Amino acid sequence: MALYVVQFLTGLANASSLFLAACGLSVIFGVTRIVNFAHGAFYMLGAYVAYSLTQRLEGGLGFWAGILVAAAVVALVGALLEMSLLRRIYRAPELFQLLATFGVTLMVEDLVHLIWGPQDLVGPRAPGLDGAVTVLGLPVPTYDLLLIVLGPLVLGALWLLMHRTRWGVLVRAATEDRDMVAALGVNQKWLFTGVFTLGIFLAAFGGALQIPRTAVTHQMDLSIIAEVFVVVVIGGLGSITGAFLAAVLIAELNAFGILVLPGISLVLMFLVMAVVLVIRPWGFLGKPIQTGVKTIGEATRPWRPWSPATSVLVAAAILLAALMPLLLGSYGLSVGAQILIAVVFAVSLQFQMSTGGLDSFGHAAYFGLGAYGAALAVEWSGLPMEAALLVGPLAGLAGALVFGWFCVRLSGVYFAMLTLAFAQITWSVAFQWVEVTGGDNGILGVWPSDWASSPAAFYWLTLAVAVVCVLVLRHLVFSPFGYRLRAVRDSTVRAEAIGISRQRTQYVAFAVSGTAAGLAGALFAFLKGSIFPDVLSIPTSIDALVMVLLGGVATVSGSVVGAIVYTMASIWLMSATDLSRLVLGAVIVFLVVAFPQGIVGSLAGLVAGPLERWRRPAGAARPVALPAEGRQ
Amino acid sequence: MLKTLSRLFAISTLVGTGLVASAPAGLAADIKIGEINSYSALPAFTEPYRKGWQLAVEEINASGGINGDKLVVISKDDGGKPAAAVTAANELVARDGVALITGGFFSNVGLAIADYAKHKKVLYLAGEPLTDAITWSEGNKYTFRLRPSNYMQAAMLAEQAAKLPAKRWATVAPNYEYGQSAVKVFKELLKKAKPDVEFVAEQWPPLGKIDGGAVAQALAAAKPDAILNVEFGADLVQFVREGTTRGLFKDRSVVSFLTGEPEYLEPLKAEAPEGWIVTGYPWYAVDTPEHQTFMKAYEAKYDQHPYLGSVVGYVEFKTIAEILKKAKSTETDDLVAAAEGISLDTPFGKITMRAIDHQSTLGAFVGKTAVKDGKGVMVDFKYEDGANYLPSDAEVKKLRPQG
Repeated sequence: MALYVVQFLTGLANASSLFLAACGLSVIFGVTRIVNFAHGAFYMLGAYVAYSLTQRLEGGLGFWAGILVAAAVVALVGALLEMSLLRRIYRAPELFQLLATFGVTLMVEDLVHLIWGPQDLVGPRAPGLDGAVTVLGLPVPTYDLLLIVLGPLVLGALWLLMHRTRWGVLVRAATEDRDMVAALGVNQKWLFTGVFTLGIFLAAFGGALQIPRTAVTHQMDLSIIAEVFVVVVIGGLGSITGAFLAAVLIAELNAFGILVLPGISLVLMFLVMAVVLVIRPWGFLGKPIQTGVKTIGEATRPWRPWSPATSVLVAAAILLAALMPLLLGSYGLSVGAQILIAVVFAVSLQFQMSTGGLDSFGHAAYFGLGAYGAALAVEWSGLPMEAALLVGPLAGLAGALVFGWFCVRLSGVYFAMLTLAFAQITWSVAFQWVEVTGGDNGILGVWPSDWASSPAAFYWLTLAVAVVCVLVLRHLVFSPFGYRLRAVRDSTVRAEAIGISRQRTQYVAFAVSGTAAGLAGALFAFLKGSIFPDVLSIPTSIDALVMVLLGGVATVSGSVVGAIVYTMASIWLMSATDLSRLVLGAVIVFLVVAFPQGIVGSLAGLVAGPLERWRRPAGAARPVALPAEGRQ
Repeated sequence: MLKTLSRLFAISTLVGTGLVASAPAGLAADIKIGEINSYSALPAFTEPYRKGWQLAVEEINASGGINGDKLVVISKDDGGKPAAAVTAANELVARDGVALITGGFFSNVGLAIADYAKHKKVLYLAGEPLTDAITWSEGNKYTFRLRPSNYMQAAMLAEQAAKLPAKRWATVAPNYEYGQSAVKVFKELLKKAKPDVEFVAEQWPPLGKIDGGAVAQALAAAKPDAILNVEFGADLVQFVREGTTRGLFKDRSVVSFLTGEPEYLEPLKAEAPEGWIVTGYPWYAVDTPEHQTFMKAYEAKYDQHPYLGSVVGYVEFKTIAEILKKAKSTETDDLVAAAEGISLDTPFGKITMRAIDHQSTLGAFVGKTAVKDGKGVMVDFKYEDGANYLPSDAEVKKLRPQG
């Protein structure tokens, strides 16, 4: 009995830690709709700054002053970031802020290394709170008790701030209806800056509070980011109380779960999220989301198939690509093959995101399933490469059919998070099921057939696959199915009124996308010769997202360029410098500011804008934007 | 738009051409070595490692190089990802034309490079990766490994554990291949040495995400006599803090992998656990002449004490130099023939690269942790030669694919 009580208290302490880290994200998302990927980076910065301050400040007062000053300093950095970077891109397509904050995260990782050095740092324990008190005969750390109190205290303070102050009323009004608040003359700019700063203060505070418990390391940001998103989503986006409930649920399930299943922690959180989202599509206390302006359908000029001139140019580009083996050495060709595989992976996601309007955070699942499908086909049945390359996309398709069935019931960020949950579950299966997948040690010896083993042959193979994939997916966009899919994306209500089923249409798109991703994964396995669970991990999903966003989410196949630029840059930077993340992050941030519609989207706008003005007689009516969907 | 797209496509392909076709021209008398490690992902380990190999290369070239030729190292980052490591290996082998490749930290990165080495028939000397698979179940002709493997460290610790009176054991290990196989081998060897032990609880927190309090409490609930710990890094810090506050380690023996390595012990400062039986590297107290020479040279160059990673990097390149000198060629087959059975002196003493499974006999220090002057240290330690902690040749032949 005593054990269960103490385990419950430990769970509560962890719930508080988790809530303190996550509540800032919920505050920021609720108002600004920014998916702030840099939340983990600020959490980590809070811990590092607090470490430095508490090394200098002595005693109980010094310790707590250090924690609070650290949070304030980091919040200031957050405010500067909001004013200098995010303000410029609020009008960019949804999720573009995700890309910008991803770039910031990359930069912070290297900056932390440059400032605080490579070693893990262990900060002081909280003075006077380093002992334990006895509860039912078992010791409970006093610092845990403090955390247990602190979580609800912060929750209460936030509630008062939101409900009993003028500022809080404005923030809540902005959460409900941004445009109306602006129409009433509230300066949204400063409201957003204030909210962002508050959110970052909470993130840094959460990070700083961890220094008496654990080491301060470079991995803190990535180890917390997925968890805080999960907490916020389970709780219901924008609901702070919901986030608290979710944190308690997860921490308690973990505390008791490990007594029964010691390996459960790895997957528990994502299992809970999948179950919650399937049962309650908007989390505990969330409301059906107002997606605001659905940018994809409106911001673009209507998509058109290639004109004859463009087709000729594309053909020339393909021809040039096919001639590369005459120019490049074997290393260049294998990099080329990797880029082409990234192209397939990126366009598979773009089909789903741009044409289907389904933003997936878990596209790695289908890439990884394809890779594992192909690798297992070789390892078990000794299938040749040609057959394994068919098994890969089938594995991707199978995964997409199973997961997609649940996912397409949801929309917006909830859809994205459910795809992430399924990707993480797939990852943990590959990671845990050692007998089949080899676990972390992966599957080795997946090399191409003899005819394709020369770098040039394999390059041509990937080129052929990439060209066919891009053309087929483009063809689908302009087929009757593509029109149905775009209709559903742009106006679900109208589409359903004329007899198009949203779920069925999106389900098919999801399956097509998963199949293509699986094909990319299968090729990837043969390119590398071995396959490990990291192909299924979050960074792989992020890579795909970055490629699509860089290329331009409002384009048909801009991700081709996004994939080429991003893959080439990361391979080259990785090879050329140890500070590859700093440079890559800076490049991404620059591209986000310079090309707020993605590379292809922005360039197309530059070319097409003047042309349209020239063609259209002055004063002619512009097409009226459709009212935003999702406000039913 | 699509015009621009295709133009961009063409431009970037052209840029790509320039990027990759311009191979740097090396001097004829240079011997190029390719080195890959997780520099950006794991700087705490790889920075001392890099300092170690840079010192070795400097010493090798200062004393006449390889039979007169200069050793040149091309170093690449893998970001902790196996796929990126294969890209880097390919760049080194296919573009830069290195004689052999070396490095690696994570086991899966090591295995990915080893498989590449087997496929491309190039010698790979793995430095850090600990997994037994790299020399045994996935072992191949072209891959060699320097550090004492998981099995060897487990054998050293199991030998000490068998001397304890403890009967009831609990284990805690990160939930991935390294943790799993460390626990598995330790269990097997301890049961063999002492059949009456029982394992009463196990905890498998995810790597980097331990929930220290809950794990410590769950272990304590099983009332074990002793605990086997495989946690390291930030997880170790959290586990030690929570375990200490909750009295988990009071009157219990703890046997722990790697905890004595300065990389992991040093950050804990005065909070380092006391009396744990650990493997590690007490650089402050190893007073053999070989080690003193190495340490003085290292401290003179970097104004910093060596870490275990420093020794691994240093010995790695000393081994490479010996292989190259013996082979008198950079052909892979000659190098493999030279590497099999080669012996050399290291800061830890003489080691041999076993021909039977390509595992070196580099050992580790086994001792107890203590706190001195507010720092965690190893005391009562002894250097255990790796050669004494490997299974018999007959068993190794069964473990490793033959032919």
